[in-house]
Amino acid sequence: MNTTYWSWDRFFEALPFILDGLGLTIFLTISCFIFALVFGFVWTFLRRIPNRPFNWIVSWVMEFIRTTPPLVQLFFIYYAWPVMPLVGTTLSPVQSAILGLGLHYSTYISEIYRSGIESVEKGQWEAAQALNLSTLDKWRKVILPQAIPPTVPMLGNYFIILFKEVPLVSTISVAEILLLANTYGARNWAYLEPLTIVGIIFLLLSYPSSILIRKLEDRMNTRFDKNALAKSS
Amino acid sequence: MIIINAVIEVFPQIARGLGVTITVLIAASLLAYIMAFVAGLSKLSNNVFIRKATGFYVEIFRGTSLIVQLFWLYYAIPMLFNIPLGTNWWIGVIAIGLNYGAYLSEVVRSSIVAVDKGQTEAAIALNMTSFQRMRLIIFPQAVRMMLPEFGNYTILMLKSTSLVSLIGLRDILYYGDIIRSTNASITPLVYTLVLVLYFLLALPLIWLTRKGEGIAKKGVASS
Repeated sequence: MNTTYWSWDRFFEALPFILDGLGLTIFLTISCFIFALVFGFVWTFLRRIPNRPFNWIVSWVMEFIRTTPPLVQLFFIYYAWPVMPLVGTTLSPVQSAILGLGLHYSTYISEIYRSGIESVEKGQWEAAQALNLSTLDKWRKVILPQAIPPTVPMLGNYFIILFKEVPLVSTISVAEILLLANTYGARNWAYLEPLTIVGIIFLLLSYPSSILIRKLEDRMNTRFDKNALAKSS
Repeated sequence: MIIINAVIEVFPQIARGLGVTITVLIAASLLAYIMAFVAGLSKLSNNVFIRKATGFYVEIFRGTSLIVQLFWLYYAIPMLFNIPLGTNWWIGVIAIGLNYGAYLSEVVRSSIVAVDKGQTEAAIALNMTSFQRMRLIIFPQAVRMMLPEFGNYTILMLKSTSLVSLIGLRDILYYGDIIRSTNASITPLVYTLVLVLYFLLALPLIWLTRKGEGIAKKGVASS
């Protein structure tokens, strides 16, 4: 029994082994976030199609994705999708991870876009119409440039949340830091040190980022109408 | 017909995990609510040490992932306290409860701070003690503001109970995984049913959250 207590030797042996996965963790965070940002727009667009039954279906589909566990969604995409009749294709673990987490968080991101769009003053919509702008120009030149910048701190918060969700994908055998920590643990029958390392890595990266976002939030608040977003949400 | 038969066969097997999913959710929610009020109020304490200690707890749990905390506690608790494994249910409850308690403590703190300053001043003018002020004036107004966020976080907790299957607890997902590993061809059906079951559990929570939003908005001037 040499495994009961904390060992600094093990700590420093496990450290480089786990840090090998950090690049993949960050890559996945960024990829999932980009996927969620793009797909969030798709949801927002679908919800604005003026057709009641269609809207109702879209919002319940979003609700379903948002209120069911991302872990099960990952399992669905990784294990179930390949054996689906007709549409099934095999996805690599990394592809499944990006698709799964990206889709889950796109429903949250869409909600943020919505609050941003609704915070654009009514006069701006009317002005765009009065100027006879095409729908595309209205969105591109008037609405979105005003709707998106105030949402940046909120999007940033979701980036950090997503970063902390990425270790979920260790369950579908993506070799990010948590999987490597568990691998090290299984090999040496010592989990405490490697898992502590993972915790420290998350703390070291997410805590400064959250302070940065808070600063950004303050700056945005002074630049834009403080209450515009709060009012609409 | 084949699908309906499969559903009839698979559903009861998955539903065996309902007990664990629901009990973990209830126990973890209670722990989280208690931690939220304890930590949220401690954060507003005049004592620097209490504030710092609470801040440490909140930042540790908010700064790392729940899944990492769950595994860490799973291996660390038996080691540190020299108790045998097999108390996984408690470990799941403690991990989820402490994690969401940290998030909710921020909701409690910010709601209390958000109560209009004039209310405190009026209470002081009425010669109330600080305890009376909190209990009779600030707290009732703050709790109303907290309701929607408590609902949202409870839904998040329901989702995160699925993680306890990773430490061997027999919840809905655990039984789903068992069926998947014995009969791969019905995997899509199995996970669809698991997702639907989670959604059905979430529906009352969604409804309560919307109710909470109504209560929070009622009688508040929309500035």
